Amino acid sequence: MFAFIVSRVLQAVPVMLAVALISFAMFAYVGDPVAIMLGQDFTEAQRAALVSDLGLDQPFFVQFLRFIGNAAQGEFGLSYRLSRPVAELIGERAPATLELAFCAAIIALVAGVAMGVYTGLYRNSWLSRLLLTVSLIGVSLPPFLVGILLILVFSVWLGWLPSFGRGEVVQLGWWSTGFLTWSGIKALILPSVTLGLFQLTLIMRLVRAEMLEVLRTDYIKFARARGLGNRAVHFGHALRNTLVPVITIAGLQLGGIIAFAIVTETVFQWPGMGLLFIQSVSAADIPVMAAYLVLIALVFVTINLVVDLLYYAVDPRLRIGRAVARGR
Amino acid sequence: MVHWVRAAALVAVLGAMPAVGAMAQTVRWAASGDPNTMDPHSQNVGTVTMVLQQIYDPLIHRDRDLSLTPGLATAWRQVEPSRWRFTLRQGVRFHDGQGFGPEDVVFSITRALQPTSNFGIYVDTIAKVEAVDAQTVDIITKAPDPILPNKLASVFMMSKAWSEANNAARPQNTRAREEMVTTRNTNGTGAYRLATREPDVRTVLVRNPAWWGWQVEGNTGNVAEIVFRPIASDATRIAALLSGEVDFVLDPPLQDLNRLRAAPGVKVVEGPEVRTIFLAFDTAREELLYSDVKGRNPFRDLRVRQALYQAIDIQAIHRTTMRGQSVVTGTLIPEQVNGYAKSEDVRLPFDAARARALLAEAGYPQGFSVTLDCPNNRYINDEQICQNIAAMWSRAGVRTAVKAQPLAPFFAQIQRDDTSVYLLGWGVPTLDALYSFQSLLATRNGAQGDGIWNYGGYSNPRMDALIQRMKVESGEARKATIREALQLYREDLPHIPLHHQMIPWAMRSTVTIPHMANNQPYFRWAMAGAQ
Repeated sequence: MFAFIVSRVLQAVPVMLAVALISFAMFAYVGDPVAIMLGQDFTEAQRAALVSDLGLDQPFFVQFLRFIGNAAQGEFGLSYRLSRPVAELIGERAPATLELAFCAAIIALVAGVAMGVYTGLYRNSWLSRLLLTVSLIGVSLPPFLVGILLILVFSVWLGWLPSFGRGEVVQLGWWSTGFLTWSGIKALILPSVTLGLFQLTLIMRLVRAEMLEVLRTDYIKFARARGLGNRAVHFGHALRNTLVPVITIAGLQLGGIIAFAIVTETVFQWPGMGLLFIQSVSAADIPVMAAYLVLIALVFVTINLVVDLLYYAVDPRLRIGRAVARGR
Repeated sequence: MVHWVRAAALVAVLGAMPAVGAMAQTVRWAASGDPNTMDPHSQNVGTVTMVLQQIYDPLIHRDRDLSLTPGLATAWRQVEPSRWRFTLRQGVRFHDGQGFGPEDVVFSITRALQPTSNFGIYVDTIAKVEAVDAQTVDIITKAPDPILPNKLASVFMMSKAWSEANNAARPQNTRAREEMVTTRNTNGTGAYRLATREPDVRTVLVRNPAWWGWQVEGNTGNVAEIVFRPIASDATRIAALLSGEVDFVLDPPLQDLNRLRAAPGVKVVEGPEVRTIFLAFDTAREELLYSDVKGRNPFRDLRVRQALYQAIDIQAIHRTTMRGQSVVTGTLIPEQVNGYAKSEDVRLPFDAARARALLAEAGYPQGFSVTLDCPNNRYINDEQICQNIAAMWSRAGVRTAVKAQPLAPFFAQIQRDDTSVYLLGWGVPTLDALYSFQSLLATRNGAQGDGIWNYGGYSNPRMDALIQRMKVESGEARKATIREALQLYREDLPHIPLHHQMIPWAMRSTVTIPHMANNQPYFRWAMAGAQ
């Protein structure tokens, strides 16, 4: 078990380095931070001084190695755009993104499973057909369009929900939460629906397909033969067996939700990490972009690692396979 | 459940009670960009100034027509050619309660002169600042500077004691790894003080009842609180205005203007901006970087520049792309700028046949190809303007490809002189012609400001001489020099001027904010509440 974890962590290192290198190389094309920091009026001397202050006159690999060295110590420098430490900026924005991702994941999971079970059990009802049709729209519409449509309906026409921002937040230590105020909760609804919609439809379709599959298997027939009621068969036997792949997919998608929150955050002016990233791109704020990309890579690597470990714990065949291979 | 919600609503209402009286005078304001810093001498950009000018006062204010009016200085005069004397307003206090005095003026101008400041253009002629007595400050310039007051209208006054106590005697230092106090804190003398600053989320300003200016006639604003929120997405910003979550949008997207005009409870206020859109040619290289003409540079030939000028149907761009919201021009500066001359604001007429004839005469009967560099998110309809022009030039025989990019890579590229012809929009914060001529048309020589935005490499000794004279002359002689330079601009055609931009503002009909040509809202004149 320990050896397994160590080998996985070691595999993650080159992945992280590759992400850092690619993102760092990309920055050569996003624009010149010096031009943006200097503004409209400057002298050549001022320009040269700033370039050397930022270390941009050094060769690419020197810059890269310095970046890796600092990053390994959790030191990402000062944002060019906001003149504040990058780690502090990201720490400030992370709660917004994590709360949004959490809500989106819960919505996707709860509604997705419920709708998946329903459409799996009542294949021919009109509601199932409606849900399937609507889910097709959910899969095919890009999130920014969904977001704008929701804003149009619920903010502009009905005036029920805010169109942007987080509402009032409460500060719990360094964590800022929107769960404790009414306006914070209202502000969460539209963005989390927008963000969770794709995952919701995916989970619904997955659960439905699995349910149909499982309901045809022998042990369901045996369960019925034993005289068990619909409720026990559907939820005690069928649903439980569909959930293993669902949990895997949902877990892997969680990383995606955090990473793809960029679009949703931009549409709703949600002050999270994704919005910070987009604003940094427009200002060629390299330290923030680099830190964000490395962080997202870390999230993906960690989630993959956890999923691998869960497999190891859940599926006995993996352990047996290893034991057999060792000749025992 | 219903009871619980009612109770919660009641608590919320009670909790908000003390604010109810002030509610009517709160203005919720949105724009696409957030200020990067609260430091008054660090970033010279509109998104920073639009917030800071509510908080800080300069020595000299601008009035509604952008003319100069007393600020922290009540009077100023040029006592010697190189010495300006400012009489300071008495009894002014900073937001932290300390008094404002001559040492603060000396400190602030010295601070703006630091290399880490972006405000060099406003103070670069200053050699020394001297406190004469408790209410007089002398500014000694390196050479006579006739437009110093215009420039000082953009330099905010900070407290020396506060800045030094907070280790902020220099604007933002990129070498430092620590955040400076001035990045998120302010201490001005102005009409509003900073109550909350959450970068990219919310900036709240509250009225400073002790502001000296409330006693001055004309400052009739009644706004008690300003809540600024950046909303980057155009659609969301407009939705927030329509749904009443925001009262004032500084930069509504043009495609939504008709919808906003038709919407109940919303008004659109339009006015000119001091910003001129033009095309600039590479006239320096022997061979263009992005053209199929080898061995020579067609843009060095005046006839080619004139042909491309006359190939542009500017009225068509004005009518369709700009939907009438532009002021077509034939000169470098708009009329609000000191030195503008109506007689020089004349375009070469649109004449496609003449354009083709000129190209043939210059030795390009078959035309040639060129790439037009263009930003796509900096000016109003920038990319569409370039597309229009490319089509018009192609019709005249100059096959034009448009390379449109976001502003960050666009500016990075042209600042490497890596372009053959590009579109630029130039604002004039000093409201004096020298700023435009010096930055855009002087030969680049390493001196502060000279030719730093002249990426076409235009160089004419006569123009350089005129610019040097503009720097030191005053009165009628200077006026004549500027006119001569404007004339030369029309003869030499280093640029093709297109138009001055119009800037729309959108607001709830309960809010009145005077439209300003520098695209800055001044809340000291803003009225909010019932119509």
